[in-house]
Amino acid sequence: MPSLECLPSREAKGYQRKRKMINPLLMQPAHRVLPLLRAGEISSVELVRAALDWIAEADPDLGAFLYVAEARAMARAISIDKARHQGEEVGPLAGLPVALKDNMCQRDTPTTCGSRILEGFRSPYDATVVRKLEEAGAVILGKCNMDEFAMGSSTENSAFQQTRNPWDLERVPGGSSGGSAAAVTAGEVYLSLGSDTGGSIRQPASFCGLPGMKPTYGRVSRYGLVAFASSLDQIGAFARNIPDLALAMQTISGHDSLDSTSLPEAVPDYLGALQREPGALRVGVAKDQLALEGLSPSVRQIFEEAIAKLAGLGFLLEEVTLPHASYGLPTYYLIAPAECSANLARFDGIRYGLREEGRDLFDQYCRTRRQGFGAEVRRRIMVGTYALSAGYREAFYLKAQKVRTLIRQDFTEAFKRVDLIALPTTPTVAFRFGERTEDPLSMYMADLFTIPISLAGLPALSLPIDWIPPEEGEGPPMPVGMQLVGPAMAETRVLQAAYCYEKSSGLHDLIPSFVNDRKGLRFDPQQCSQIWGQI
Amino acid sequence: MIVTLEDVRHIARLARLAFDEEELLAMRGEMEALLSHFSRIDTLDTSLVPPTTSVLPLANVLREDTPHLGLSHEDALQNAPEQEGGFFRIRTFLEDAFPRVPALQGSERIPAKT
Repeated sequence: MPSLECLPSREAKGYQRKRKMINPLLMQPAHRVLPLLRAGEISSVELVRAALDWIAEADPDLGAFLYVAEARAMARAISIDKARHQGEEVGPLAGLPVALKDNMCQRDTPTTCGSRILEGFRSPYDATVVRKLEEAGAVILGKCNMDEFAMGSSTENSAFQQTRNPWDLERVPGGSSGGSAAAVTAGEVYLSLGSDTGGSIRQPASFCGLPGMKPTYGRVSRYGLVAFASSLDQIGAFARNIPDLALAMQTISGHDSLDSTSLPEAVPDYLGALQREPGALRVGVAKDQLALEGLSPSVRQIFEEAIAKLAGLGFLLEEVTLPHASYGLPTYYLIAPAECSANLARFDGIRYGLREEGRDLFDQYCRTRRQGFGAEVRRRIMVGTYALSAGYREAFYLKAQKVRTLIRQDFTEAFKRVDLIALPTTPTVAFRFGERTEDPLSMYMADLFTIPISLAGLPALSLPIDWIPPEEGEGPPMPVGMQLVGPAMAETRVLQAAYCYEKSSGLHDLIPSFVNDRKGLRFDPQQCSQIWGQI
Repeated sequence: MIVTLEDVRHIARLARLAFDEEELLAMRGEMEALLSHFSRIDTLDTSLVPPTTSVLPLANVLREDTPHLGLSHEDALQNAPEQEGGFFRIRTFLEDAFPRVPALQGSERIPAKT
């Protein structure tokens, strides 16, 4: 069990800049703020203004946002307040500040995917998740930083800026949805969307000490999400606690005729299900995964303590094996680059994006893509093209697709005996900037435990289980996450189990020193009501 | 697992990516290291295993062929690097492909490539 003393108590070296106090309402979970909005005790205009002010104050140090739609957000807040005042139906998220990862299209706003090749691009239409958020009344404040085209595990591959981890500004927030994770952690928005291809939601959620969820492949529409690896990409969400996460997932899930890979099943009432106890669920622990090289001993220890705690909560632990999961990394890093090399062929400088003139059309394509794509994207396009090229396709791409079947079968077998599987989310806590950029394989290792689940298309959630001191050097304690994985379409069960754990751990309302340098600040409703009297 | 410079040049051409000589050398080393690592999956016997192309239980998802509005002309063109008269403007490429064909005039037809 973490003690409050173990919480970060100082700002990272070199970034001590006096910041204005955050409005404590911004660090509340959505579930405490939405009733205030509904009751008219606070207006959406006040809340959105407070969030925009905090972004202006905090984001120069944090770097979570690539684009803040200030005027648009304020106009929307005004119209929501007006509609609510007139007694119109305004939706379950009405007036709540949220953010998008910058690979999701919102009409007339920039979508860059963190890439120079899309600099200046303005989306001509709304992604389905954007439409759903807006129908629910959410106010989208802007677009969050990411690894270029979602390729990376630290957000260092963004062509535009670094995003810092709010728990220690010298460390990465994880990736590729690092901006979305940092924005929620630091109180800039209440909920954010990310996309997860091999771990890009769960890994930054773990690094930032937040719950984050990737649903079953097909559960959330990908219409309007810029494609990276189409057989793996899924949109999901970050939130401050499990009920908020359930609300976000409820809002964005469901069938969409605009996405032919969208599942037709109706979305269960996730939030309602949290009111019920999940019962004595059987949780599988994959001992073979815990033996993998690369898992830090301290993360392993904290994970094993969390497992013991699950047993204490009435879950039944059972050992399972995932014999092919250790082949997940090579399998993923053949399939995902192969799909990316095909998907990114559309960036040719003809219809949108950057264009670099050349001697002839062929030269123009090559120069445009050379100028527009960063090093990691070029590397993956090259590896993927190689894996698909004549003479190598069978040995690499087809072989990887077959191993993908074996990995899926491991999960199918395991879920005959258990209801959920628990795994560490990441092998280590958040690393420092530059630590892994020189060696691509060391960066890829950050997704060791998230990738097999992506290959199997299963729903998984990462939730914080503890904060531990860094293993090397000094610095504030960093969060560790645990993954709960369910069979296809078992989002409800995953959320219920996570909620059960969260309620007993009390870890969901910790606040990073970035936001407030008081030691281990927890929210005091009394203090909140005082401050909000002053807004 | 050996990746030659020639392989890298060939792949770069297929992928429409320009590299200078130094970058080609670096890319060769990186690709060889990564692909060697990934070829670890060769140790698995998959002779009887079908490939997974999609995890979904769906096939042949079709919609009714009913007319509906798509992206408007203006929206489709708004991000064009160059446009003219409601079209994407691109460099002349037929002259690159058929250098001996004189500029088209009137109703002249483009000769088929032989």
